[in-house]
Amino acid sequence: MKKVVICVCAAMMAVMMLAGCGRSASKGSVTTDGSTSMQAVIGVLGEAFTAKNEGVNFTYNPTGSGSGITAVSNGICDIGLSSRALKDEEIASGLTATVLAYDGIAIIVNPNNPVENLTIDELSAIYTGEITNWSAVGGSDSAIVLIGREAESGTRDGFESITNTVDGCKYRQELTSTGDVITTVSQNPDAIGYASLASVKDSVKVIAVDGVIPTEQSVKDGSYAIQRPFILVTKTDVILNDTAQKFFDYAISNEASELILSAGAVPAN
Amino acid sequence: MKTKVSRKEAAEKIIHGTFLILGLVTVGCVLLITIYLVIAGIPAIGKIGFFKFVFGSTWASTAAEPSYGILPFILTSIYGTAGAIVIGVPVGFFTAVYLSKVASKRVKTVMGEAVSLLAGIPSVVYGLVGMLVLVPAIRNIFGIPDGSGLLAAIIVLAVMILPSIIKVSVNALEAVPKEYEDASLALGATPTETYFRVSVPAAKSGIASAVVLGVGRAIGEAMAVMMVSGNVPNMPSLFQSVRFLTTAVASEMSYSAGLQRQALFSIALVLFLFIMLINATLNFFLKRKREG
Repeated sequence: MKKVVICVCAAMMAVMMLAGCGRSASKGSVTTDGSTSMQAVIGVLGEAFTAKNEGVNFTYNPTGSGSGITAVSNGICDIGLSSRALKDEEIASGLTATVLAYDGIAIIVNPNNPVENLTIDELSAIYTGEITNWSAVGGSDSAIVLIGREAESGTRDGFESITNTVDGCKYRQELTSTGDVITTVSQNPDAIGYASLASVKDSVKVIAVDGVIPTEQSVKDGSYAIQRPFILVTKTDVILNDTAQKFFDYAISNEASELILSAGAVPAN
Repeated sequence: MKTKVSRKEAAEKIIHGTFLILGLVTVGCVLLITIYLVIAGIPAIGKIGFFKFVFGSTWASTAAEPSYGILPFILTSIYGTAGAIVIGVPVGFFTAVYLSKVASKRVKTVMGEAVSLLAGIPSVVYGLVGMLVLVPAIRNIFGIPDGSGLLAAIIVLAVMILPSIIKVSVNALEAVPKEYEDASLALGATPTETYFRVSVPAAKSGIASAVVLGVGRAIGEAMAVMMVSGNVPNMPSLFQSVRFLTTAVASEMSYSAGLQRQALFSIALVLFLFIMLINATLNFFLKRKREG
């Protein structure tokens, strides 16, 4: 599916390049490029935007945060999409970050697990296999069962980069969907897993990280640590074309908040 | 009169032609899939290197320095299928002997219906029951932290192959001429001796094809196995989380790109060759036995 999206976007971009700016200027176009994790959010926004503004050409090229940032600074796209905060040197090179939404990753355990809180350091020690027993973090004397997602999952990428465990996790199970992770954790009293905050159900217990329970509020004010911002990246000294500006304003408007929530993220505005 | 006959002949020809075309659809599908798999699967093997691909023991397709070794998947698929056969074939075989020779008509009807029902259950349901019942049970019985792994997959596969083994074996045993059995009984053999010394040897090619079907279903199953095996590319061991050839393709296909995607096609090609090889070997043995 993603491949198809990439192909379609690439084809659309190629056509636009061949057709030149003249044609696209007549109806207006917005090109976005970047984070694959933002696919759901940018998808609903793009759909709603094109439905409101007929004839507007909206494209999203899911290439990853890094190449999205490069693309916008090279002027290849109007708006870059990043699911990590901009580095200082990126801001210094003339880019502006506007936070569109936040994505909270909840740490879940079985409801019977007495553990209520873990620090980020404990989490990375658990997931890299340094801590293998719940008793080391205040739980019962039983082995910790690590449940994770498959290698290309955006949630896994977010979790591993925040806990500094990229490619180092010693998973017991690698499941292919958020739902499977939640079901498995609800079945096994010794399991721990991570899942997008929007999808977590009552069958599992969400634990606090560094003393903070993830909620819409704590994700939004940044006190919950395992989260990442969804960012719109623009050039500081270049004015967006009218259509792109219209999309930018729409994306950060109150009207779009509902859509962002429906796509599973916490709107920033 | 003459025109009527030729009209009839023409109708016959049209019908035969239609059947031929419909038959060729199947052949065409097989050819299309085979050709596509070979074309899509070869490049990655070339890029990775045949020995590195087939005998490499680490699969880390998305790591910073990716590694594409599928030996864990190959061994897991072989062990998993073998385990399912070891558990499933005896159970299925004796059930078939009982159903075809010993059971009363009423027991046979009820049991036969149950077996047919088992065959009709979708594999995702096997997976779900395995995930919610079998995996926690294995965890409790063996006192291990997590029950998902090779053993859970073997048990699920063994149950899944039962219907095909039982049904084909029953058909083969029922096709044994009654005279054979009557002669054996008349010579003084007990009924049990007759079943195992006369009926089973006479039906051996049918029973062997039942096993082939079982192997085929077990090695090709993905959905149910994915839900109970844990899905981590470890070297196979009974209580470890493992990944099969089928689940390796299924779990990464939706996200993959570039060399990773090509490597997944190569895995599918390896799986395809395995199934061809198994069928060919068993056919060879069947033929030799029949001739010998």
